[in-house]
Amino acid sequence: MSDTPIIERHIISVLVDNEPGVLARVIGLFSGRGYNIESLTVAETDGQKGLSRISVVTSGTPMVIEQIKAQLARLVPIHSVRDLTENDVAIERELALVKIINRGDDRIESLRIADTFRARTLDSTLNSFVFEVTGNSSKVDAFVDLMRSLGDVEVARTGVSAISRGNRIDLEAK
Amino acid sequence: MATDGQARFSRSAGDMKMPKSALAAGEKRDDADQTAMMPGAELLLKTLEDEGVEVVFGYPGGAVLPIYDALFKNNKIRHILVRHEQAAVHAAEGYARSTGRTGVVLVTSGPGATNAVTGLTDALMDSVPVVCLTGQVPTHLIGNDAFQEADTTGITRACTKHNYLVKDVETLQTTVIEAFHVAASGRPGPVLIDLPKDVLMANVAYRMEPDKAAAQARYMPQTDPDPAAISATVDIMMRAERPIIYGGGGLINSGPRASELLTELVQVTGWPTTLTLMGLGALAADDRHFLGMLGMHGTYEANLAMHGCDTMLNLGARFDDRVTGLLSGFSPNSTKIHCDIDPSSVNKNVQVDLAVIGDATRILEALLAEMKTRKFKPHKPSLDKWWAQIEGWRKRDCLKFNQTGKIIKPQYAIKRLCEMTANHDVYITTEVGQHQMWAAQYFDFHLPNRWMTSGGLGTMGYGLPAALGVQVAHAGSTVIDIAGEASFMMNMQELSTLAQYNLPVKMFIINNEWMGMVRQWQELIHGGRYSESYSASLPDFVKLADTFNMKGLVAQHADDLDQVITEMLETPGPVIADIRVTKDENCFPMIPSGAAHNDMLLGPDDQAEKPVSEEGMVLV
Repeated sequence: MSDTPIIERHIISVLVDNEPGVLARVIGLFSGRGYNIESLTVAETDGQKGLSRISVVTSGTPMVIEQIKAQLARLVPIHSVRDLTENDVAIERELALVKIINRGDDRIESLRIADTFRARTLDSTLNSFVFEVTGNSSKVDAFVDLMRSLGDVEVARTGVSAISRGNRIDLEAK
Repeated sequence: MATDGQARFSRSAGDMKMPKSALAAGEKRDDADQTAMMPGAELLLKTLEDEGVEVVFGYPGGAVLPIYDALFKNNKIRHILVRHEQAAVHAAEGYARSTGRTGVVLVTSGPGATNAVTGLTDALMDSVPVVCLTGQVPTHLIGNDAFQEADTTGITRACTKHNYLVKDVETLQTTVIEAFHVAASGRPGPVLIDLPKDVLMANVAYRMEPDKAAAQARYMPQTDPDPAAISATVDIMMRAERPIIYGGGGLINSGPRASELLTELVQVTGWPTTLTLMGLGALAADDRHFLGMLGMHGTYEANLAMHGCDTMLNLGARFDDRVTGLLSGFSPNSTKIHCDIDPSSVNKNVQVDLAVIGDATRILEALLAEMKTRKFKPHKPSLDKWWAQIEGWRKRDCLKFNQTGKIIKPQYAIKRLCEMTANHDVYITTEVGQHQMWAAQYFDFHLPNRWMTSGGLGTMGYGLPAALGVQVAHAGSTVIDIAGEASFMMNMQELSTLAQYNLPVKMFIINNEWMGMVRQWQELIHGGRYSESYSASLPDFVKLADTFNMKGLVAQHADDLDQVITEMLETPGPVIADIRVTKDENCFPMIPSGAAHNDMLLGPDDQAEKPVSEEGMVLV
């Protein structure tokens, strides 16, 4: 259809009923229709109403992104869908826990870099640290890459969580 | 023949009903709360009654025994015992599509549920409202690989519109109410409710006046179109010089009123109109504005008009790949308006200029009202010119065939069937393949809900059980399954169901001894290497009919055909008519895969001149 398809990265937030199988429905939709998932986070956000918020980072052509939103919106347990990348309104954050095992100059250098990235030190032994770093995905990527060059590294990342700027509520329950 | 046998079958178990006491044992009423205590299985049946369910197609098994026990005591819901769970779903689809009501299926856990998967997928692809009740092992055994356990909600998540696992009997009533609402509203589809055996046996309060609105509130698709979109539609329509209306299954799903309104729209505009496979019957076939079906085996005039139009009004169709052909060559110079109840259908395959979201009936009402207000008049000179061009294409007479010699041409068989049933109250189902396309091309439909076929999924074996379901809904009507011999063999165990309930379905088998469409593609793109497409070891269909105490007929020659059709129609019970046709006939016109609408094969001569492109070969 289009000559050179433009691939865009979008953060899509979804408010769902926190019921069994709802995550499988969302993931199954992505895998069944061949959409990408770059990251996915989910947790209950309103215990009283039993609502969870899912944040999906996905990529595709504008036509595919529109399809993803329309397909999500027609699932029964989904209350609302919002594309936070539209109009560039999103604040996105990701948290990573990074364990690095090293000694000597590399150990000192890793501590200095952690300081630059405003990472917190959560744990230490004589030859290891566990850092907590928070930021957008590219900051976390940069930090992890630097750590890898300084020792053996293990990473746990939360995936992206996002919310819009301003005084508008992103997602309303039905 | 064998009329005494039919009588014997007709009085068999299926029609026996036990008298029902007003209140079953152990049932207590509490009028103050408007509730009554009963087991989950009985509450289920009561809720089905509340939803207006009269017929259930099913097959028993261990996990659903409590429901079957409750059915034994129930005298409002009729159960039709099929011979395979796939057939139960197709029967429910036939019932649903011929009546506009939701079809109901009842099957057991494990294999009962997995056998239903093909039917559910078929209903999803063709937007048919079906509620499927499956048994499940008791909740404490779920996940233990118990006997006849399957992860039914997991397996069916991708082939249902929505599904439920009921773990708490207190939620059963509202779940069933929501399920029926979800199945029938918006774009209809199959909904499955998985019912663990302990939930079916637990006692629960049945609420005589449940809060239906609350149970349905979670799913509220848009049905009324945006007035601005309607106004914009009329703006585009006023400028149209070479317009076309392209209608689909959404017109049928919306109810018969949509077809009446479409007819009115066609009269007001004078616009040429084409219908998809799923939309046939929405406009009478003899309306002079009707160009026939479009798409891969559509007419020359319909496809060329789609290609050459400047304004396309899509009503309830989804730009399926069988319709569009090569996307980059699809109707390149038109302004496209897409009216659909499902927002996810918009811009999925084809980018459109305007989307109108809503129910087809509401959209057509709003559109006709707006056209009246705006004093819409078609642009006569350009429309006349456009019609002259279309009439030129029509003159090619793309559906002509020569019935010469003794061997029956399949097209001729279906044309005669259509002509000879003109005065009957007729419903047609089909299997999948060449006979299905010939039925779509040569059988004329004048009303909606008269044509049941497996479009999206293309399920061989659909037609016989679907006909069974149609006949259950329309006892006095003529129901014909136009079948191919290979498809027929896929669900012919249902002959036994027809016999048990004496359902007078006419099975009109276009027998060419080949999986004809497979053979046609092998001829077109695989050098005539007919790998495994021959229907070997076919039964003698007359003798097969005889074993079920049915009438069996065979037409060997063109001269026999009318007599066989007459006898088939006059026989009161089910009939298998084996119509022996040309073995190597191909289905034309055809847009080969990977080609655009203006690149059609009209007959065998074109086939030699236009080989299928390499890109086309990888497409299905």
